[in-house]
Amino acid sequence: MKIKDVSLLIVDDEFSVRDSLEQWFRMDGFDVDTAEDTKQAFEKFRLKKWDIVLLDIKMPGMDGIEFNKHIMSVNPDIIVIIITAFASVETAVQAIKDGAFDYVSKPLDPEHLSNLIRNALEKQQLTQENIKLRERIEDLTTPDDIIGTSDALRKVLRLVVNVAKTDSTVMIRGESGTGKELIARAIHANSIRKYAPIISINCGGLTETLLESELFGHEKGAYTGADRLRIGKLERANKGTIFFDEIGNISMKMQMDLLRVLETKQFTRLGSDKPIDVDFRVVSATNRDLEKAVKEGYFREDLYFRLNVVTIDVPPLRDRQKDIPLLARYFFNLFTKAMVKPIKDIHPEAMRMIENYKWPGNIRELRNVIERAIVICDKELILPENLSFPFESMNAHVITSDDSLEAAEHRQIQRVLTKTGWQLTKTAEILKIDRTTLYNKIKKYNLHKDGDE
Amino acid sequence: MSKNICIVPVELNDYSLIENLVLYLNQTFEFPVHVKTANIKPHLAYDQRRLQYSSSILLKQLIDNSPEPLNQSKFLALCEFDLFIPIFTYVFGEAQLNGPAAIVSVHRLQNEFYGGSSDREVLRERLIKEATHELGHTFGLYHCLHPKCVMNFSTYVEDIDDKSPLFCDQCKAEVIAGGE
Ligand SMILES: [Zn+2]
Ligand SMILES: [Zn+2]
Repeated sequence: MKIKDVSLLIVDDEFSVRDSLEQWFRMDGFDVDTAEDTKQAFEKFRLKKWDIVLLDIKMPGMDGIEFNKHIMSVNPDIIVIIITAFASVETAVQAIKDGAFDYVSKPLDPEHLSNLIRNALEKQQLTQENIKLRERIEDLTTPDDIIGTSDALRKVLRLVVNVAKTDSTVMIRGESGTGKELIARAIHANSIRKYAPIISINCGGLTETLLESELFGHEKGAYTGADRLRIGKLERANKGTIFFDEIGNISMKMQMDLLRVLETKQFTRLGSDKPIDVDFRVVSATNRDLEKAVKEGYFREDLYFRLNVVTIDVPPLRDRQKDIPLLARYFFNLFTKAMVKPIKDIHPEAMRMIENYKWPGNIRELRNVIERAIVICDKELILPENLSFPFESMNAHVITSDDSLEAAEHRQIQRVLTKTGWQLTKTAEILKIDRTTLYNKIKKYNLHKDGDE
Repeated sequence: MSKNICIVPVELNDYSLIENLVLYLNQTFEFPVHVKTANIKPHLAYDQRRLQYSSSILLKQLIDNSPEPLNQSKFLALCEFDLFIPIFTYVFGEAQLNGPAAIVSVHRLQNEFYGGSSDREVLRERLIKEATHELGHTFGLYHCLHPKCVMNFSTYVEDIDDKSPLFCDQCKAEVIAGGE
């Protein structure tokens, strides 16, 4: 790594500090730039990857402490050196706890600074090597809670990474509960817009008027009840990504308004006629058959084509069989930690039920089932009786790929067996079949009472 | 077109430091080297609180009162003050990258400053190196990673002793190109 390949950003509101440090680092051959406040720094972060940031901790606007946290949350490998006035060393120590590399007090000792930079470069070099290694093993960065190793998921993630690099509009399709929003976040996190926000809006849950003011914002006094200025989500998503969830549910009027925004990259707040320019990537999601809605005239064809440049199909959980136990364990750890319960594990029999269940409500249902099980569990293991599958009886018809009579029979027998604790006479009674038939069915569906002998 | 190097002493007491310097700079840069005076008022650069002199203010005075037209020479102010720029506790000197002027002080080049015993030979050699280094910046040179090159950055005063007073081949070529 040559010094000229190392990018260094100086963030300080004082011109003389920026100027002297810029000169100083330029003489070393660094690729140097400066920003006079965090707003400008955000902008520079959007445009380029920085290796080292010298950050004044006390600036007007968002303070350095917050900005440091932001940098760390986006990329903890960036080396942040805090510049502080002598009096605010305590704050600098806080910044180091938050992940900053070190701090220097004004005025800086040149010997100290050059040693610090030398150490920073060494760390940087190590991190670079680690990153390369990591990239070789796994070239995807995903939000932490996309869990799984199934081929179906990997296919999706590969697509995510490819599409993230472009600025294309993406439509995410999939049943409810499959984690479409997580996919949208992964796209954003892997794009050049990652330093700006991703703003989500659920179009399904809001009335037209509410949705309108959520999206466009309004001036003070735009209508009764608009007692103050409200910045809408379109405006807040500027430079970042806007995620429209349940896009299939918006009204015809809203479709037209949205189309206009996407075409002109401009909008006006309600109660204003001043157009505001916006620049964002659009990601939308739906579980509806939009093609059918277009054909039937409920969804504008022009909007459909504008939103649907790249499609990502998120598979239902039943097509990711391999990921079910991983997800179950992930949620198990998450909730036992959150609820501080001394539950050690999921009983193998309970795990088997989890694996065999078809999960019509997908990941969201799995998450709910595990959460509820942990709430009611008072033993060291999650037992089969702690599991309840509300979808099973209510919504079994959503299972499209496995809606056969046989599958239904299989599920029903399994369920009653579990409920009775494998008391065959009782099970046969409930199912209104004789014991021989029950035996045969158990054999046919290869049902086991594992781990509970 | 910079065909000359002009040394400007500023309230310098020990003129013996200059003789060697003129010779060395002439050999290294292969340009004529003159010594001239300029109307510089150090008290305007003095910081009462820090008890140090602002190298940037001195540089500005040098440019405003240059003894020769700015496009014909590179100017090097030479002084004994403890220099600073506001963000740093001190500096050995300051140069304008690709600009007309540089300044260097012997203050922190002397062993006495660090509690050692005075050594004129060592001091002369350090001054030659730092003067060459700062002038190198005015010819557009960056710091050089070659450990012996005079453009190698010295963190400590002892680091200066480890490098040579000369440019490496690459830096030398750039000085020649920069002086055209
Ligand atoms: Zn230098
Ligand atoms: Zn060199």
